[in-house]
This record gives sequence, C-alpha cells and structure tokens, in this order.
Amino acid sequence: MSQEIDLPELGATGLLRYSWRQLTSMRTALILLMMLGIAAIPGSLIPQRDQNPMKVTQYFTDSPTLALWMDRVSLFDVYGSPWFSAIYILLFISLIGCVLPRSVEHFHAARALPPKTPKNLERMEFYSIWDSQGDEIEKAQSLLKSSRFRILMDKDGISAEKGFTRETGNLFFHLSLILILIGVGFGSLFGMRGEAIVNVGERFINVPTTYDSLTFGKLLSEKDLPPFVITVDKFVAKYNTLTNAPEDYTLNVSVVENPGEPSIKKIVKVNSPLKFGSTNVYLQANGYSPIVTVRDSDGNVALQGPVPFLPQDGNLRSIGAIKVPDADPQIGFVATFLPTQARDSVRGGISVFPEALDPKMLFSIWRGDLGVNAGIPQSVYRIDTSKMERIGLESLKPGESYSYDGGSITFEGFVPWVNLQVVRDPGKNYALLGGIVAILGLLASLFTRRRRIWIRITESGKVEVAGLAKNAAPGLEVEIAKLVTLLKGEK
Amino acid sequence: MSQTWAYISNYFIYSAMAVYTLSFFAHAYETAWAVRAPQTDEASTGSLMTKTLDYTRTEKAARIATAMMILGFILLFAGVIARGISAHRVPWGNMYEFSITGALAFTGAYLGALRKYDLRWLGLLVSIAVLLTLGTAVAVLYRPSAPLVPALKSTWLVIHVCAAIISGGVFLLANVIAGAYLYLDSMERKGPRTVWAQRLPSLEVLDQLSYRLVAFVFPLWTFAVIAGAIWAESAWGRYWGWDPKETWAFITWVAYAAYLHARVTIGWRGRRAAWLCLFAGSTFLFNYIYVNIYGTGKHTYSGL
Repeated sequence: MSQEIDLPELGATGLLRYSWRQLTSMRTALILLMMLGIAAIPGSLIPQRDQNPMKVTQYFTDSPTLALWMDRVSLFDVYGSPWFSAIYILLFISLIGCVLPRSVEHFHAARALPPKTPKNLERMEFYSIWDSQGDEIEKAQSLLKSSRFRILMDKDGISAEKGFTRETGNLFFHLSLILILIGVGFGSLFGMRGEAIVNVGERFINVPTTYDSLTFGKLLSEKDLPPFVITVDKFVAKYNTLTNAPEDYTLNVSVVENPGEPSIKKIVKVNSPLKFGSTNVYLQANGYSPIVTVRDSDGNVALQGPVPFLPQDGNLRSIGAIKVPDADPQIGFVATFLPTQARDSVRGGISVFPEALDPKMLFSIWRGDLGVNAGIPQSVYRIDTSKMERIGLESLKPGESYSYDGGSITFEGFVPWVNLQVVRDPGKNYALLGGIVAILGLLASLFTRRRRIWIRITESGKVEVAGLAKNAAPGLEVEIAKLVTLLKGEK
Repeated sequence: MSQTWAYISNYFIYSAMAVYTLSFFAHAYETAWAVRAPQTDEASTGSLMTKTLDYTRTEKAARIATAMMILGFILLFAGVIARGISAHRVPWGNMYEFSITGALAFTGAYLGALRKYDLRWLGLLVSIAVLLTLGTAVAVLYRPSAPLVPALKSTWLVIHVCAAIISGGVFLLANVIAGAYLYLDSMERKGPRTVWAQRLPSLEVLDQLSYRLVAFVFPLWTFAVIAGAIWAESAWGRYWGWDPKETWAFITWVAYAAYLHARVTIGWRGRRAAWLCLFAGSTFLFNYIYVNIYGTGKHTYSGL
C-alpha cells in the first residue's frame, strides 16, 4: 500500500514541475498565441449576443436545434466563453512564467560587467589585426564609452558590450500585455454600462430606474452612480442632401454635476462625450418621438406626451407602439413615423430623407388586451396583438386628429430623442498605459542590436579587434570597420 | 467646386492607371527580352541549350518601367489629394478611398524599398497588384465624394487609418516577397532556376527581406490597433468590443506576433516562415475585403 502511495506522490511533484516547464516554454506560448487567434475567428462570423441579439434570436427561430447546440458551446458568446477564457488565461500564465524569471535574470545581467575577452579572438566575427602604436586601448576606451558601450577593462584589453535595451524592451513589451489584461479585468469588475433614451426637453437623472438597460461590474453597486442630472435642451442633426448620410449631430445639454450646484451648459458630440470623473456619457443614437394625445369618448385625456419610436433605416422610418393601458378595453396603436413621407408601390409608406421635412404618422388601432399586466417583459416598440382586434387604420399629419369608436387620437407633433450611453471604466487608463509601453518596448526590442566588441594588445605588440552580434543582427561589420579606422588613426 | 475636384481626382487616377499599365508592359518586356537565345557560335561549342540573361539590351526598358512607376505614384498621389480636397477631409471615408490610398501606400513601400534593395524584379508583380486594386476600386467600389458620418469626424481618422493603410501596404509587400520565396523554393527543388528567374535574389535574401519588412511595420500595426481603441473609446464608449473589424485586426496582430516569435525565438526560416507570413498577410486581406463587404459591425460606413 505504502509503495502505491509513495510513487504517485513523487510523480505528482515531478508531473507538476514538468507541466509548469511545458506551459512556460516558448513553444507552448506560441501555440497558445496561435490558438487565441484562431479561437477569435468564430466570434467574427457568427452573430454575438452582446453585439447583435436580434440576429442570435433569428438563429434560434431558423434552426432551433443547431442554435441550441451552438449556444451550448458558447458560439453566441465567444469572447466570454470558458474555452476562449481558458486559452488566454493559460497564455497569460505562460507569459508570466516566462517573463518574470527572465526579468530577474536580465536585471542581474544588466548590472554585471561584460564577460572576459575570449582567448582566440580570430575565431570571432570581423577579426582584424595590425601593429600596435601603443595608445589603441585608451583610444578604444574613450570611443566605446562615448558610444555608450559597457566596458570591462581586462589586463591586456577591453571587453565591451552594448544593446541591453533589446531585452529590456522585449520584457517591457510582455509585461505591458499583462498590464493591459489587468486594466481590462479592473474595468469589468469596477465598471458599469447603461443606456437610456431621453426626449429633447426631458431630464436624465443618474439613478438606476432612469435606465433602459444597466449592467454593473461584480464589485460595483447601484449606490456608486455619480449623482449628476442632464437636461437635454436641443438636438440638431444635419444630413447630406445627396447621400442622405448624417453629417453632424449636436446635442446641447444643461448639466448639474452634484445636487445644489448651478447647471452648466455643455455640447455633446459623437466623438466628444461628457465626462464625470471616470464616467463618460456618450451620444449613441437618435430618433423621433411623436407627441400624441389620446382621449376617451368623453374627451378625457387618457395619454399625452412624446413616445419614442425605433428607427428602421437610414431615412429614419421609425416604428413604435402607443399603448393606452388605462383605457377600458385597452387601446393600442401600432404606428410608423415617416420624417419625410413618400409612397412606394411595393413597401407602402416610406421615408425619403432622415430630416423631418414632411412628417406623417401611419397607424392601426387595436382594441382588447395589451398583455402588459401579464408580468412578461414586453418591447416598448411593439404590441402583441394576438388578443386584440383591429378597429381602424389611418394616417395623420402634425396637428390632425382622428376619431374612432371609443375615443380619438391627436398627432400633436414630434421631438427628437437621443440615446445616452453611460459608461464607467476605471481600468481603461491602465490599458492605455499598457498599450503605450507595449509600443515603446516593441520599438526598443526590434530596433536595437546586442553585440560585443573586443580589443586586445598581444604580447607580440599587435592589436586584435573582433566582435560578436547576437541573433546575427546586421551592422556590426560596419561598426567594427569604423572603429578599426579610428584606432589606426586614419592611415 | 467640390465636384470639380472629384472629377480632377478621377482624371488623375485614370492617368495613374494608364501609366501603371505602361510600367507593367515595360517590366514584362524587360523580364522577357533579357533572356537571350543561344547564338550559333555558342551552339557549336556545345552549350546548345544554355539560354543566358543579358540586361544590356533591356536596360532602357527597365529604366522606363521604374520611371513609369514613379510617375504613376505621383499621379495617384495627386488623385488621392484631389479626392481629399473635394470632400474637405482626409480621403479615407469609404472602401474606394481606402483602396486608392492603399495602392498608393503599396507603391510607396515598393519604391522606398527599391532605393535600398535591388527589387526591380518585383515591379511586374507590384504593377499588376496596383492595377487590379485600382481597377476594382474604380469599377466596383466607386462612390461619389461626400462628407463623413459624425462618428468618423475625429483627428483619430487621420492617425488610425493612416497607420493601418501604411501597415497594410508593407504587409502586402512582405507577402508578395514570401510568395516569391515559396515559388522559387519549389523551383529550386526541381533543379536550377529557369533563366528569367536567375535575376531574382537568392532565397536567403528574400527570406530576410520579408522578415525585415514585417519587423519594421509590426510596431506601426500595434499602434494602429491601439489608436483605433482610443478612438473607439471616444466614439462608441468602449475601447474594445470584439467588433468583426477589431477581431480580425487582433487576429492579424496575433499572427504576425507568432511569426516574429517563430523567427526570433524558435529560429524558423525559409518555407515554414514564408507560409506563416502568407497566413498572417491573408488575415489582413480578409479583414479588408470580407469584413468591409459582408461583415456587420461598427466599421461599416456609407455602403462600403
């Protein structure tokens, strides 16, 4: 029995050591690096849940079984999947296991003196020999010192070395990758991200209930939201009249950073977010909110105000749902807003320009059960009409009203809405620092050469010069030739 | 006013294509006519089958070829500038503009390398590649000159896209050289090189050259990716989001990092290194072509 226990114990330590050596070997690191590249591919070809949830749903509708299996192996969530994480975690362990010992080694090597001059210089590269005039060693010492070689004075000559920056840069490059990973991890633990649609004229108060969607990092909670208030004063979108493409979005806001402070007017653009410490507020999307008033048959207002509609194309044809849950029976309007209306023989009502030059709202009126009380989360842009009946179909221009059996609707006008994205990422500065150090380290390691040069005066009164370039780096030949010419004194 | 500049740009680009075509024919002439058939007196001495290379009689064609390449570069440069003037911005807003600027960067990389290395043999391939790129750009990708969408209005457009285009030009040049390496290598395995190929550099030189190009431009590509991340942070609210373009930029980066490690640390040379180089370069091309045309994500603007 004891033997059986002993053997695996010894083996286990050996196995661990063996695995660690294997993991931190260059070859493994390289394989892991390639695997990481290959593992990233499926996520760019298959729709990902956090980027394109609609398309993922489409997969589930089109081929449920396949989609289910794809989902089981995280193909809709590649970059958060266990296998993707496993590869990069192994890679980073391998990287740390490789770089840390090398850093220590390099630290000692950088403080040590160059090794002694080898006995047989003629076996080294770029060897030359000539009669001494006596002052070559002193000359060489000052020349090499001025070109910042590290010098060891031997009893009969000089051993000089240069190019430690190569390994320093190399190590800094790899350490900076670890720093980037730390930055990413820190950001996801202490960060938050949320979105909210705000109509022009309305206020955004930074509390969880204002958000349409909101996610927190594991180590951050709701009470960490900075208490700012943003009032959306004005939004102007400019469009190109030839291509219909947007040219400029300008959002004017009034900001109160802390309660009680005076409000400050600010301008937000796509490339210049609002900043509150490490929290940024971005202008991400925009659309139209038709303003409607719905009245019951007695003329009492059942619903009034702007309703955000969701843009469907570049010309901002937008769909939306106007739900009147307080009416009895409930009323719903399945509606389309056309900023610049036109008729297409196939598609019906379309918009031909994204700016509201000739706006119109088309809608169908539904009566019955909206399903909003069932407790199932519903899209605010759609109505489940399965328990409803259609009682009318109409189109209105701003200012017009329509009466139907049981009430009326007035299309008062419209306001633009903007989608504000609020992001807190305290890790991004570490990642940026990592990126900068990575480039500098890379430049240092790719463009410096490590080499040694030896100069010696032999007992027979001759000068010997030779060198050695690590990694067969080019250029040492020229460097030594120049040194030799200078030592010979321009003869 | 801006339409006039757009027309001027088009004329410059058509002229550049004409001049590149001349350069292509001059390179082709040089490659073909430098091969000399055996002469009768040589035949009598027994070297019946030996063809030789004689550059004295194609010297003029070679000079014309390079001169046309330079002229094409200048015309293309003018075309790119005029395009920028017509749109009041840097001409990097859509795939047509990327293609003409990319062709410019590619020729620039070739002409730059030509100053240092004897690369004229590559001119034939370069002129074909540039003609194909420009032809596709003009015929398929052309879009009227227009201002940028708001997300592209940033100084980072100049920095990020410029770095990416230059990196792409050099990566592709390294790819062409790695491809030439593989072709010549398989030729040498069957016997001595055929006559026209004798003027091409030795395998070692090609091997080193493609490595140096990659090592030279890899930091720039790293910078292009990081500059893109900084821009994404200010425009989209996150510096990295695994958008298809970002993912493929990352894959390209990883592939070239693997290539550099394989060469420097493990000592890969020759065929294996050339294949890895080709693989890495093809991820860049895939990113440019597939992701721009078929891909979804935040990098798709204004149609193409």
